[in-house]
Amino acid sequence: MYQLTGVTKSYSQTKRTVTALKDVDLTIADGELVMIQGPTGGGKSTLLQLLGALDRPTSGSVMLGDADLAKQDDRKLGELRASEIGFVFQGFNLIPTLTAQENVETALEPLKVSGPERIRRAREALESVGLADRATHLPSELSGGQQQRVAIARALVKEPRVLLADEPTGNLDEQTRDEIMDLLEGLWRDRGLTLIVVTHDSEVARRSPRRLRIKNGTVAER
Amino acid sequence: MFATYLRRELLGRKRQTLIIAIGMALAIALVIVVNAVAAGVQSAQASVLQSVYGVGTDITVTEAAAAPADGQAPGQRFDFGAADGTTTDGTTAVSSSRLEAGRGTTTFDAAAVSTASGVDGVSNAVGVLSLTNTTFDGQIPGGAQGQQGGAPTDAGTGTGTGTTDGTTDGTPPTGGPDGAGGSAFNLDSFTVLGYDPAADALGPLTAVSLTDGRALTADDAGTDNAILDSDYATSSDLAVGDTFDIAGTTFTVVGIVTSTSADGASASNVYIPLDVAQTLSGLDGQISSVYVQAASSDSIDAIKADLETALPDNTVNTQADLASSVSGSLSSASTLVSNLGTWLSILVLVAAFLVAILFTISGVTRRTREFGTLKALGWSNRRIVGQVAGESLVQGAIGGALGVALGLIGILVVNLIAPTIGASTTSVQAAGPGGPGGGRFGAVASAAASADVTLQLPFTFAIIGIAVGLAVLGGLLAGAFGGWRAARLRPAAAFRSVN
Repeated sequence: MYQLTGVTKSYSQTKRTVTALKDVDLTIADGELVMIQGPTGGGKSTLLQLLGALDRPTSGSVMLGDADLAKQDDRKLGELRASEIGFVFQGFNLIPTLTAQENVETALEPLKVSGPERIRRAREALESVGLADRATHLPSELSGGQQQRVAIARALVKEPRVLLADEPTGNLDEQTRDEIMDLLEGLWRDRGLTLIVVTHDSEVARRSPRRLRIKNGTVAER
Repeated sequence: MFATYLRRELLGRKRQTLIIAIGMALAIALVIVVNAVAAGVQSAQASVLQSVYGVGTDITVTEAAAAPADGQAPGQRFDFGAADGTTTDGTTAVSSSRLEAGRGTTTFDAAAVSTASGVDGVSNAVGVLSLTNTTFDGQIPGGAQGQQGGAPTDAGTGTGTGTTDGTTDGTPPTGGPDGAGGSAFNLDSFTVLGYDPAADALGPLTAVSLTDGRALTADDAGTDNAILDSDYATSSDLAVGDTFDIAGTTFTVVGIVTSTSADGASASNVYIPLDVAQTLSGLDGQISSVYVQAASSDSIDAIKADLETALPDNTVNTQADLASSVSGSLSSASTLVSNLGTWLSILVLVAAFLVAILFTISGVTRRTREFGTLKALGWSNRRIVGQVAGESLVQGAIGGALGVALGLIGILVVNLIAPTIGASTTSVQAAGPGGPGGGRFGAVASAAASADVTLQLPFTFAIIGIAVGLAVLGGLLAGAFGGWRAARLRPAAAFRSVN
């Protein structure tokens, strides 16, 4: 699935350059569940952005299947994100003015899915996360756990190969955290997804047989 | 999705939508009202001018008033001989009527009409003679009471007669209308316009419509037939078929006309054939104005220049020159609209555009996380820019619709209030019938040069179109800036702002 070779990512800040990732080599297989841990500022988010085709490395290659994400233009990266990669964010990132159903539909917009098909698939995605009865609710009318379920439905409605989750339980209480992780693990298992989760929570990290630790820009297996 | 997202955003962010729409609406409404006022004032100016110069006249040719010759009094003078008038019980009744060019009106050779007709680009030219008929009617004591009868000198064009039987033996004065040697005078005047009834309609007669009887035709040349202004006919108790005197000649009323201009004032009280007017006033072969119609409005300036060359002693005015001669509060309104109104419109419009642009950019900045998420979901820059531009465009359109409604309400309010604006054409009196009026006809006589006009603001679809276009432009500008801002967001940067 993913093959990272010699990946370095540097950011120019005022009068200095910060290197977030240093010469990272990493392989993630199809259908694998990987937990990434590490201290704040260690490079977790940077790695997730590179895996998610949201950014390009300063050097090295990021292979997603046959495509080197480091060499794709913005349009191609956008197409890859639209079809291959699903995101789940810590802050849910739902559009506040759209209903749960419409939020899920936004993921199908770039794929040019027809209106009726879009509505049907979004409804099914909401059903799969147990929120069929909340389809017409605005995010502000949903609990944190329900909002994250909507975000997961949005990430999965396009049937991606990869699901990237950045602290998906960071804003949730323990009970809801476990519910969300149960849901993600269930979907991973049922759909054969590659699931990569960044988390601070060791309880969450322990759910996976493969855990990576990022510290000072370097990645190590735990 | 586009429409749903757009609708949800506009409804979900009502405050921003309202602020942008209201700002735009105020600007659009102001543009509509200012333009309507400008058109209304222009229409009022045209109305004032039309009452004097008629409809269709592009250029007028007149001659500047000359100073009176040495020893010639500038006013009107009536002389009566010792034998003039009829005396009864020591009171002598005298009466005199004369027709002459009014004060401030200078006559010139009627050949100017053919000269003007010969100028390239002139489609029609007619000459008129503006006159004032003044009647002196009085009672004075008998001739022995003093010298009231005046010396039997040259009576000019007057037709007065009189007789006296008074004495000068030092006894207390007697006679006169009060029996104690006093006098009483009545001075009446009305304006008379001589025009060629065979000529094509041009000039003052085009600003009136026939309400009774008939118009003068070519067959009326040389006849003592007259048309009366309806106001004058009413105040003089005259109707079609009645007779009245002009300069001692009895005329028959064949028609009554009324003004079609907004201020209701006519150019003259009485209209008679030009040749008769010239004969009665002793101004044979003379006219006071030439009304010129251009074949094309584009050639007016060139025709004016040619006329000034062909008629060097005359004054040539275009409608634009005449519009500048309109003074009074109408002129002030015109100046106010031209200066303050226009700049205020531009200022408010620019402010509204800036508000829309700033709010849109601010909105995009506030929605960085939202747009970053959409980019992460694979939305293209073009799609996001289109969404932002669409929202701005609709906000502008809402503002435009509100602005049109506000503007129309503004126009309606002004039209309901119907403010009266004073206007006068004092600087072009020489071209009009002008002249000081007197007696009971004075008010009508002077109305041709001074009038109160009711301001009515016109509604045109063109200005509505312009207003909506401006609103759309404002929306597009705001959308363009907001979209540009949104397009510059990198998905990774938006992602980072999340946490």
